[in-house]
Amino acid sequence: MPFFGFRGGVHPDYNKGATSGKPIEVMPVKEGALYGVPLAQHIGAPAKALAAKNQEVKAGELIGQSAGFISANIHAPVSGRVVALQDLPHPVTGKTAGIVIEAAGDQSGIVPVNVSAKFQETVLNAGIVGLGGATFPTNVKLSPPKKVDTLLLNGAECEPYLTCDHRLMLEKTEEIIKGADIIRKALNIENLIIGIEENKPDALAAFGKFVSAYKFELIPLEVKYPQGGEKQLIKACLNRTVPEGMLPLEVGVIVHNVGTCLAVFEAAENKKPLIERVVTVTGAVKEPKNLLVRIGTPVKDIIEYCGGFLGDPRKVVMGGPMMGFALSSLDVPMMKGTSGILVFRSEDLPDLRQCSCIRCGRCVDVCPMGLIPSVMDRFVVKEMYEALADWHVMNCIECGCCSYDCPSRRNLAGGFKTSKREVMKILKAREAQKNG
Amino acid sequence: MADNKFLVSFSPHTRDPLTTDKVMMLVVLALLPSILVSVYVYGFYAVKTYALAVIFCLGLEALFLKMRRLPVTVRDNSALVTAILLAMNMPPSPPWWLVLAGSFVAIVISKQVFGGLGQNPFNPALVGRVFLLIAWPAEMTSWIEASTFKSGFMFDAVSTATPLGQVKSEIISSGHIVSTGIADVADLFLGTVSGCLGGDSALAVLIGGLFLIWKRIIKWHIPFTYLATVFLLTGLYWLISPEKTLNPVQHLLAGGLMLGAFFMATDYVTCPMTVKGQVLFGFGCGLLTVVIRLFGGYPEGVAFSILIMNAVTPLIDNYMRPASFGEVKS
Repeated sequence: MPFFGFRGGVHPDYNKGATSGKPIEVMPVKEGALYGVPLAQHIGAPAKALAAKNQEVKAGELIGQSAGFISANIHAPVSGRVVALQDLPHPVTGKTAGIVIEAAGDQSGIVPVNVSAKFQETVLNAGIVGLGGATFPTNVKLSPPKKVDTLLLNGAECEPYLTCDHRLMLEKTEEIIKGADIIRKALNIENLIIGIEENKPDALAAFGKFVSAYKFELIPLEVKYPQGGEKQLIKACLNRTVPEGMLPLEVGVIVHNVGTCLAVFEAAENKKPLIERVVTVTGAVKEPKNLLVRIGTPVKDIIEYCGGFLGDPRKVVMGGPMMGFALSSLDVPMMKGTSGILVFRSEDLPDLRQCSCIRCGRCVDVCPMGLIPSVMDRFVVKEMYEALADWHVMNCIECGCCSYDCPSRRNLAGGFKTSKREVMKILKAREAQKNG
Repeated sequence: MADNKFLVSFSPHTRDPLTTDKVMMLVVLALLPSILVSVYVYGFYAVKTYALAVIFCLGLEALFLKMRRLPVTVRDNSALVTAILLAMNMPPSPPWWLVLAGSFVAIVISKQVFGGLGQNPFNPALVGRVFLLIAWPAEMTSWIEASTFKSGFMFDAVSTATPLGQVKSEIISSGHIVSTGIADVADLFLGTVSGCLGGDSALAVLIGGLFLIWKRIIKWHIPFTYLATVFLLTGLYWLISPEKTLNPVQHLLAGGLMLGAFFMATDYVTCPMTVKGQVLFGFGCGLLTVVIRLFGGYPEGVAFSILIMNAVTPLIDNYMRPASFGEVKS
């Protein structure tokens, strides 16, 4: 089995022990509870609301229509009554338009997805987005404008604490492979590769049993963050380098998270829309769990279901500790891209006192994209966006390795993230000048 | 509901436990073998010199941070490292005012004036040394005999010359080396020859340096290319005219080369950050050291070489940027 590796990366404490052995548990729908469904749970244009106030909806019913090419459908996660169309708290944008549904008592039955002859349309109808966290609408990714020779399944789960993909790989092994097979057949792709980090030997063994039946390649990956980064994964599994500023399909590859594959299978075979997902709830909670949760469930309810906080919470993170977002409110609803809910107490948190950059170069050593974060940090501080563009800030994947390893606690990745918008303007202006 | 009880900050939410003050403390730890050897060899003089340097450097750093109305961050231990390295770069028994002058130039002129930690273009301890060497050449080259405790606690030190210094003056006066057995390799290695306070024992420096490489505080590229360049170039010259220079092994072990290669050239703030750049930097240091030692007026060229290469560091960093992942050369 080939393995090529990539340059850089870090080895944070994985902290997966609390939940890696816990089977996925279904969190029941509570009668009378309020489910806030944001209309933007994906990259791209927010969906258009279809439901009106006081309208009765069934679980699986379309309540948000994909608005544009890069957008996704939104379905009612529970049966009940729409009580409000209002802004909901959002971890990144502060607030976002959403639909609030009060759950009814009867939750039997889910409205099935409209299965279309065109497989991509079924995926669109089911509202599937990339479940690894980037939440790119899956139907777009499944309509490549170029010939693709390899489908790569991402089972790395390199983010510390998270175990939701690990559990899915153990409990839904064949379904995931079947989902990948559906994609493979629909797009006429020859190769299927599944990459899983070596620290999940049970998942590797589970997939190993199906290798001959489904004809795919299983690659054990080095345990290192960000092994699950799309470009890193392609480099490690196929030794192909995605050119800067381009998508994986440029080198003939499509990458899908294992959870996304399962969702595709559920939609195509069982006509199930994406109204729930697995989330790892861990850290300072009484009972850490892997939960199957309906989209729209407030974080507050999920933590309550896990027995509440353990001690005094200081920070609640949605997603993994390396790329997740710190929440300011527990009213934030569960979204399609939410892979984890992590609770930290003061004593669990690192000392974040910043001091001057001492140019130690550790950020340079760990950057998987070959950037020079320490120099770029000076440009961020001085708002020198032209220079940032020249030093390839747009190639930054925001993995946070530089910030993680910085002994001076500089806010490197955060600075690049916030600068990108300004840099984008400059690059667009340059492009316009070149063409005009 | 805005709940202020939760901390909101950028990802990542977990960090490597290593912090700047711990990095600096590990450097101090790595210097410990050299400190012990110098105390063993020079006794009370060594203790006094280290103490003075630490008091002056930390005091001046605190004073000038206060004057700049900045938080007093002496606890980042960077001034402590400068103090120890400065003391190590002085003769074993300098007068107190020499240490004060050196500390002032190192901490205030070379570091705080440029903006403090991380902003100085030149290694502060080396700027201090070179300033003193030029301003007070006599005081900076008044060596005492290295003789286990004898000199240090009896207050009757015997003055002597360093191996490199003696060779230089013999070559200048008579064109070739006169005395035999000036620099015994074993003496140089263990540190029982006279010289600067800290660079005496190549063994002690090596232990500290390897410790830093093992702990991944520094990378091997700068020390290795630096030492290899000096070894190869002096070896070449020695093969051609052995009467005019020491052999390459003696060159490696004598003077401040080991200390410079492992502890001064690798100073984060003033050396390049990429591996390619560091190799070039180490080579430049080695080349300049050899040129100064063989053809210059000074017997020792480590401090000057590193400072000159420090000046080139920004250029190296700018032009030796590695390709970004998937970068398409236009």
